[in-house]
Amino acid sequence: MEKLINEFSFGLFFWQLLIFIFLVLLLKKFAWKPILDTVNERESSIKDAMSEADKARNEMAAIQESNQKVLKEARAEREALLKDARNTGAEILAQAKTDAKTEANKIISQAQEAIQNEKRAAVNELKNQVAQISLEIAEKVIDTELANKDKQAQLVDKLLKDSSL
Amino acid sequence: MGLTALSAKDPKTSKDNNGSDLKSEIKSYILHHLEDSHDFNLMSYTDKISGKKVYIGMPLPVILWDNGIKIFSSTKLNHGKTVVQSGDNYYKLYHGKVYQTDAKGTINFDEKNHPINYKPLDFSITKNVVSILFTALIMFLLFKGLADSYKKNGMIAKGLGRFFEPLVLYIRDEIAIPNIGEKHHKRFMSYLLTLFFFIWFLNLLGLTPLGINVTGNIAITFALALITFIITNLSGKKTYWKHIFWMPGVPIPMKIILAPIELLGVIIKPFSLMIRLYANISAGHIVLMSLISLMFIFRNWLGSSLSFALAFSISIIEILVALLQAYIFTVLSALYFGFAVEEHDDHNHH
Repeated sequence: MEKLINEFSFGLFFWQLLIFIFLVLLLKKFAWKPILDTVNERESSIKDAMSEADKARNEMAAIQESNQKVLKEARAEREALLKDARNTGAEILAQAKTDAKTEANKIISQAQEAIQNEKRAAVNELKNQVAQISLEIAEKVIDTELANKDKQAQLVDKLLKDSSL
Repeated sequence: MGLTALSAKDPKTSKDNNGSDLKSEIKSYILHHLEDSHDFNLMSYTDKISGKKVYIGMPLPVILWDNGIKIFSSTKLNHGKTVVQSGDNYYKLYHGKVYQTDAKGTINFDEKNHPINYKPLDFSITKNVVSILFTALIMFLLFKGLADSYKKNGMIAKGLGRFFEPLVLYIRDEIAIPNIGEKHHKRFMSYLLTLFFFIWFLNLLGLTPLGINVTGNIAITFALALITFIITNLSGKKTYWKHIFWMPGVPIPMKIILAPIELLGVIIKPFSLMIRLYANISAGHIVLMSLISLMFIFRNWLGSSLSFALAFSISIIEILVALLQAYIFTVLSALYFGFAVEEHDDHNHH
């Protein structure tokens, strides 16, 4: 111990302390701080890049998934549309058919009615004509047969027989 | 590894002397190596013709505080052989320390053979100070280069700094965060990083043939441990102080007994840091140099090559120790900081 104390040089201690503290401060400013800052920055940038890549990968997967979903949806929609269209077509066809049928029925019934009316008109005209003819005949008969009573009666009978309606 | 320097440095003149002289010379040489020096000597030899000792290296400035600053070159000290006059005072180097003397350079001793001359405050730029400055410069250039390469190269390290980036990250992820916690570690990062690389580089520098022993010097490890001690206690939170003065979860008599023990622990912790680094590095240097010296004691093919193999393997171990001691100092500092900033909530979790 005595040797150690004897060996101790205050001057050397002084220089060592001075130079070392100065060196620490100098290196701190010019070396350690820039080095550690850069290393930290580099590490965080690597970490960021990694997480970014991870995120991008996840996003990609999500996009792919959503694409898949959209495609599926589109397909389903197309199916639905087609089905719908088919249904609508069939419906329209059916509707058209029924419409046509009712129209036809209507036309037929109208035609029948018209025929009926025509017929009725024709019958009426015929009746009128018959009445006319009957009147003419009656006139003629009256004219010609008024003289001959028998013949008159005969004629009326005959005429009536002929004009059985 | 220290081999060329030592073989050149090793006194060749001892050939003629007997073995015990060589041994004591080696011992004093090793002890001398472990100490700081006022000049940066790479090697020395004794000129065969003139018989004088010749030193090869560079002189360093000697700065003394003796009622005013005295500055002169270390060549004037001449390894303790001459007396230096600076102003009105005379100085002489004796066993690595500068003493104030009279004009003749007389040094008086007490009964224990310690000099009793006045010793002025010595702020010399010694070999160790130069080594510290050199290491600081290397560290600054290296890590500033790393920081700048990020800017130029888009957040990726380039050049020599690239080698040190994993170590910086290791200190943050394996030393600072586990010991201090995610929340507080940032405040201590600058100190921990500087500490680790400073100790490591100086340890490694000590293994080069330059013959430097900085981290095996008690003043250096004391300064480092002192900083750790100050930072620990300045950042001490309520929980930390409570654990020292009023240990929770134990009966009151125990609290009273534990308080002084814990208080002592506050000082022992950095003290152990200081001694551990000093002792490990010093021991490493002593063992390594002793093994190298063995080659010159054996002076035969078998013994010398054996000691060479030993010295070589110890060198490799020392490289590992250099890193290990830097790591231990840093981890323990981080651990103490962790104790200091520990929040009350954290306490129940471990």
